[in-house]
Amino acid sequence: MMAWRTEQMAESAIGIELGVVAAYLVLALSVGIVGYRLTGSDAEDYYLASRSLGTIVLLFTTFATLLSAFTFFGGPNLTYGAGPEWILVMGLMDGILFAILWYVIGYRQWLVGERHGYVTLGEMLGDRFASARLRYLVAGVSLFWLFPYIMLQQMGAGEALVGLTSGAVPYWAGAALITVFMIIYVAASGLRGVAWTDTLQGIFMLGIIWIAVAWVLSSAGGMDSVSTALATSNPEFLSLGGGLYSPQWMISTAVTIAFGVTMFPQINQRFFVAKSATVLKRSFTLWPILVLLLFVPAFLLGSWAAGLGISVPSGSNVIPVLLTEYTPAWFAALVVAGAMAAMMSSSDSMLLSGSSYLTRDIYRPLINPTASTSREGWIGRFGVAGFALATFAASLFRPGTLVEIGDTAFGGFAQLTLPVLIALYWSQTTRQGMFAGIAGSQVFYLLHVFIPSTTIAGVTVFGSTYLTWDFALYGIVLSLVLTVGVSLITTAGADEQTEAFAVGSRSQSRAD
Amino acid sequence: MTRYQRDYIWIGVFAVLVTFAIPWFLWGNTVTFGGLPVWLWWHIGWMCIAAVAFAAFTRNAWDRGMDVPITGADDGMEDRADG
Repeated sequence: MMAWRTEQMAESAIGIELGVVAAYLVLALSVGIVGYRLTGSDAEDYYLASRSLGTIVLLFTTFATLLSAFTFFGGPNLTYGAGPEWILVMGLMDGILFAILWYVIGYRQWLVGERHGYVTLGEMLGDRFASARLRYLVAGVSLFWLFPYIMLQQMGAGEALVGLTSGAVPYWAGAALITVFMIIYVAASGLRGVAWTDTLQGIFMLGIIWIAVAWVLSSAGGMDSVSTALATSNPEFLSLGGGLYSPQWMISTAVTIAFGVTMFPQINQRFFVAKSATVLKRSFTLWPILVLLLFVPAFLLGSWAAGLGISVPSGSNVIPVLLTEYTPAWFAALVVAGAMAAMMSSSDSMLLSGSSYLTRDIYRPLINPTASTSREGWIGRFGVAGFALATFAASLFRPGTLVEIGDTAFGGFAQLTLPVLIALYWSQTTRQGMFAGIAGSQVFYLLHVFIPSTTIAGVTVFGSTYLTWDFALYGIVLSLVLTVGVSLITTAGADEQTEAFAVGSRSQSRAD
Repeated sequence: MTRYQRDYIWIGVFAVLVTFAIPWFLWGNTVTFGGLPVWLWWHIGWMCIAAVAFAAFTRNAWDRGMDVPITGADDGMEDRADG
């Protein structure tokens, strides 16, 4: 009798949980469709919302694309297992380094993009260096590393529903659910729709994560008892450093991810969409504050869960399990729904940017230069659907943890950052220099990702670190050396527009 | 103060913000305050300081290094040496 009743209660809780998740996803979808109604049919509006995004929308849409499974589920999992120092890594990475890159690369790209009307990174570089091949290379590399990051969102969603429903909803079903929503959403909406939902999600998630902290703290007996529990069960968590957290690891991770984020298609494309410089300035200032408001509570929850003795079944995430334990079913479901919707909108931004790379940088110049804009639009939408289905298929194999996969993707993008930075500021950069820097560092990085480490004559090669520093950092240095070195020994082709990235005085004096 | 000196000051400010985003001098420290480790409080304070520094940068030094006329209020009268 008792067992039957418990089972019935569990079933009704799962009904509530799934109802909340479904309702939230449908709500997010409808906001996107309203955005679509207001979207023009041309590519500039579909991909860039006619370069009209204001401060709040730009800030949140950039921020929300960072609110992925990596931050929401991967981060707390990491602080659950290794201690809360991840907060410091994310603070350095997103609060400071990324803000500086936002100015140094982002604002510069905005100035250049505004002058020449660029929509993608590949287009900008291809035009400057008069090289269609460079454009394909940049677009191809970006799409390649986008693949694992979208897969990561599907894995996160699958794991989230497993954790929320204690396994009643299988992993593949959660991953499939978010895939379907992603495809409908991107097909039905453009950047305007994505930006609107991103803003709503960002505000919603900021609010709800603090409510979650308050709820868990009050159910668990307050800050003091939670803190004491953590000090008893995992005293090493309160001490700065130790275990996973070595200075080398913290610096490597922060630098690699901050550099990588800058070259993410959906983030990089945001650099072209601000309405004015004022919008960029305000976003730049607010960056560390948003990081503080979101990451501190989210990651502390992960560490507190360790102190509270929460056990996380393998293949699920700590946040849903913790909330199911300490808050009512509907609230836990709401947080998971919010996180899933955030992952959905972050995947949508990625897919949308990915599709603009595909159509503008590869399909149109390489396959069909005379394609009509509506044909281009359909190619983009089919491309999105195909890409999302392929990442879904790959997500079923679960090739690593959320943090591992995210880190690998970020590292791949990070190899692009210094060549782009150099090209933006140094007018003597040559086409050969860019090819050497981008292709050389990608080859180096790919070899290290895919070739198992081996020891040759006492030296380990293709391992995860050299002299305790991550191989991704060596790749970044290699990209710098190759871009500058090869540019110095080659001369620019006559067709290269060496002054295309000069903004202000230099280009004015050229015009005189 | 010349424009270049100001440039170097801002580079210095950013370098300090990056360097101490992780409080290396608290390495291994286990002291807590109000239930949270002291190094976490450092992080909270540091992010606020960074926001204030960034706000000052946008007011006084935005466009620095971009080769366009500097829009900051107190730089309006400066001669552009590299024009």
